[in-house]
Amino acid sequence: MRKLVARLALYLAALAVAAFVLAPFAWLVISSIASGADLLSRPLRWWPEHASFERYWTIFTSTDTGAPAYTFRHAIWNSTRVAAYATLVSLGVGIPAAYALARFRFRSRRALTLLFLGSYMLPPIALVVALYLLLGQLRLRDTVGGLALVYSSFITPYVIWIMRGYFLAIPPELEEAARVDGCSRFGAFLRVALPLARPGIVTTVIFAVLTAWDEFLYALILTSSVRAKPIPVAIAEFSGQHMIDYGMIAAGGVLAALPPVLLSLVLQRHIIRGLTAGAVKG
Amino acid sequence: MKRTLTAVLLSAAVLSLAACGGKKEAAPPAGAPQASAPAAGAGGTRETVTLRMLAMKQAAYSDASVQAMVKKFEEKNPGIKVDVTFVPYEALHDKIVTDQASGAGEFDVVLVDEIWPAEFAAAGFIRDLSDRLTPEMKEGIVPAVARILEVNGKTYGIPWILDTKFLFYNKDMLAKAGFSAPPKTWDELLEQARAIKQKGIVEYPIIWSWGQAEAVICDYTPLVYSWGGEILAPDGSPRFQSGPALEAVKWMVKTLDEKLTNPNSTSALEEDVRQVFSQGQAAFALNWTYMYALANDPKESKVAGQVGIAPFPAGPAGAYGVSGSMGLSITKSSKHPDEAWKLIEFLTSFENQKEYASESLPIWKKAFDNPDQIKAPRELVEAAKTQFASIRGRPEFVPWYNNFSLKAQVALQNILLKQKTPEAALSELAGQVESLRKS
Amino acid sequence: MKRTPAHRLRGAGESGTLLLVLFLLPAMVVTFGLIVVPLADSFWTSLHRLNLTAADRPFVGFGNYVEAIRDAGFRQALARTLYFTVVSTLLELVLGLAVALLLNQDFRGRGLLRALVLIPWALPTMVNGMMWRWIYHPQYGALNALLTQTGLLDSYRNWLGSPALAMNMVILADVWKMTPLVAIILLANLQTIPGELLEAASIDGAGAWQRFWHVTLPWLRPGILIVLVLRTMEAFKVFDIIYIMTRGGPANGTQTVAYYAYTEAFSSLQFGRGAALSFLIALAVGLMAVLYFRLLGEEGAGA
Repeated sequence: MRKLVARLALYLAALAVAAFVLAPFAWLVISSIASGADLLSRPLRWWPEHASFERYWTIFTSTDTGAPAYTFRHAIWNSTRVAAYATLVSLGVGIPAAYALARFRFRSRRALTLLFLGSYMLPPIALVVALYLLLGQLRLRDTVGGLALVYSSFITPYVIWIMRGYFLAIPPELEEAARVDGCSRFGAFLRVALPLARPGIVTTVIFAVLTAWDEFLYALILTSSVRAKPIPVAIAEFSGQHMIDYGMIAAGGVLAALPPVLLSLVLQRHIIRGLTAGAVKG
Repeated sequence: MKRTLTAVLLSAAVLSLAACGGKKEAAPPAGAPQASAPAAGAGGTRETVTLRMLAMKQAAYSDASVQAMVKKFEEKNPGIKVDVTFVPYEALHDKIVTDQASGAGEFDVVLVDEIWPAEFAAAGFIRDLSDRLTPEMKEGIVPAVARILEVNGKTYGIPWILDTKFLFYNKDMLAKAGFSAPPKTWDELLEQARAIKQKGIVEYPIIWSWGQAEAVICDYTPLVYSWGGEILAPDGSPRFQSGPALEAVKWMVKTLDEKLTNPNSTSALEEDVRQVFSQGQAAFALNWTYMYALANDPKESKVAGQVGIAPFPAGPAGAYGVSGSMGLSITKSSKHPDEAWKLIEFLTSFENQKEYASESLPIWKKAFDNPDQIKAPRELVEAAKTQFASIRGRPEFVPWYNNFSLKAQVALQNILLKQKTPEAALSELAGQVESLRKS
Repeated sequence: MKRTPAHRLRGAGESGTLLLVLFLLPAMVVTFGLIVVPLADSFWTSLHRLNLTAADRPFVGFGNYVEAIRDAGFRQALARTLYFTVVSTLLELVLGLAVALLLNQDFRGRGLLRALVLIPWALPTMVNGMMWRWIYHPQYGALNALLTQTGLLDSYRNWLGSPALAMNMVILADVWKMTPLVAIILLANLQTIPGELLEAASIDGAGAWQRFWHVTLPWLRPGILIVLVLRTMEAFKVFDIIYIMTRGGPANGTQTVAYYAYTEAFSSLQFGRGAALSFLIALAVGLMAVLYFRLLGEEGAGA
């Protein structure tokens, strides 16, 4: 009997968590398909009287350069590119550096590790004005590439921090054995350490993509036109002084959320496995 | 000094970047090829000048209209290309500041709100255009508007978007409560609101934009003036903490206490005001011109056809409207001031503006003398004519206006949300103003 | 790391040095190449009374820093930021732990729930902020509708309308988004507990609570450390969610230090003060990090 009660409590708790997690997002989805009149009705109708996917259609097809829909469509594409570039750069340079900091012994190792971590602590506000000037001189202002480069500068330390943990968790004997078998030091990294750290890499990719997809302040100042403006700025724009269209913001929000949400759902198992293998292992 | 250091460090950085160029560039594949390299221009036709203009989206002229105007200008002026960037109002000030303060100087023509010229002129961001003004401009522009971009007698821009707040009212609700005309005085407004509330027509008859933003200052200023008070003296010293100005704030609080003002006003911005009014949940709303068209649009509004528009009511010292106009300025950094001026002249001309009068009223007197020649609703033009005659700006003549406004917003919020008494909050604000004056 | 005899790997001579440089240099260029100039520039700015509207820009040393610490506005913003940081991190830790323990149980649909729980975390901050602002809407919000229709509230409330309440509501939105991350990190940590350890405790007669307190919780130390470091650093720099939800209002009730620094620089054109403020924030975040490493040992994150 006691077991049954415990079981029941378990399922109730699971249901409660599911509801708490899903309800707000579900409301966002409903708002995106409800008509304007439904959204502003009192008492509120939980299921819209007139539902349509018109707003999504508008976002995908609008050619009115002044319309939110047009900006949204471009912003999604911009964000996709920024996230892809920044992730590639950060992992490309961050993983070898993490390995070096975990495995090589050299005098300034500790200081360098802290320096990387320290740069992650800088608030964007400290750098943004000077970065605006610098990017202008490099002809990278208001470009996807420039924004990706800025993002790489703070995602890289993050990658280093996480990946260093994984490499530390891999027993060095494995690489030593490979060295005995005639592998070069680089070969041992490539053939032994890297494959073993794969779950960690998957986790890090997700963190990097999400961080790049999420950033706001740099994007706000460093981009201004549809050719570079990413999703967070587009979202902020449509809740401005004039013309708050909650239905349209909701539709844009759902679209903006889909890529990261799908990515993390697909890679969900890897995230937990990756964290288990590395970061949280003493 | 600072410049030198920056230059030295910068060249070092550029060198170091160049040294590792291969690595860096490889990842973002050519990072979206630059559409235009403004300064250099295409080597072939040296005469082509590209102007970069910073404009605003989502209010007054639409993006499409601005693009159409610019296209017409380009056709009339071969050799000048105009590249317009649109940002929302919230980002406009910060974009101009970043552009000019960083020394980047990307833009030639910028749209400035009337509350910024004093600050921008003091910071050296925008040019004195006094010598360029044509006699036609000096005489033809609505007088109250002509001066909005003036600082210490110098003109720093030409008004382009003309705006003021109106008292919007729901005709049906007023009729139900037995009123045939909108209130002429602020006290009358409260009387009508009381009657409407008592008859149960609507729970909270009045909605304002009293959220923590410039919007609350725009509602507060005309009240102070019509009570006979001042906010800042010409030398910048505080005048708001006693006398009529204090009475005006107490009146604001009273409307909340009597539950005539919607309590959500204290977190509302213009759009919230529009929504509440359009949903038929307010009999009176104070808002900018743009609401007239939208509240009368059946797709956007449940009260289409019932929308009345009137000038602001009068207080003990008369009626005052608030000015919320914006103009075009030329940046200090612009390398093409003559071409930039041509663009400004074209955009602000009566011939151009009358075509788009339904989006924003022209700045020219003659537009109001003969409303039929412009494309705008007659009722709106009539109300605007009266309102523009009594318009008065915020205390925007001090270069630290923006800073003052931020602090004043907080003080007003503290009063309206009952965090502090009017006396305490305003005397605290007075102290802050004194230190702003010294800085 | 003493237990890693990496230096004993053979051939750590010249070729090793070259490899080291090749491995480290690109990351250093990417991380520091772009920010070193802006950082120096910004620090130089912070040493000047740089009010853009004033003609002279005197060097004031650390004057801006001293002034900021004395400034009542900054101290209030600091207190609000600390409140935000402490309350949100604690809530996320407690709720995250509860969810992690739940997800570590054996039940049908566990896999699905583990996946669903990630949704809030994957939602972009700006979308999250805007979504909650819509849910909290004083006139048309779902929260008001839900609470009045179920009889828990008799009339609509303005959730973001008064200073203290607004702060708590913003925290709630932040907690909703970030609790999943905490839960997942702790879940990963939970899964590394060797079964024998808990069994042994059971055999010794420990109850469920005692097992949790004496075995599980100590084992979760590295996970908790990571959560604390990540969340407090992020929370202390909080800007985006404030920008989208309240813009610091009402009556500055949600104005945090990062937001304050932003307004000082961009709205008031006090770039010197703005820069000084942002270095103070960086300093505070750095101090917190050091404190954690000291308090909780160096496992998992230290050098």
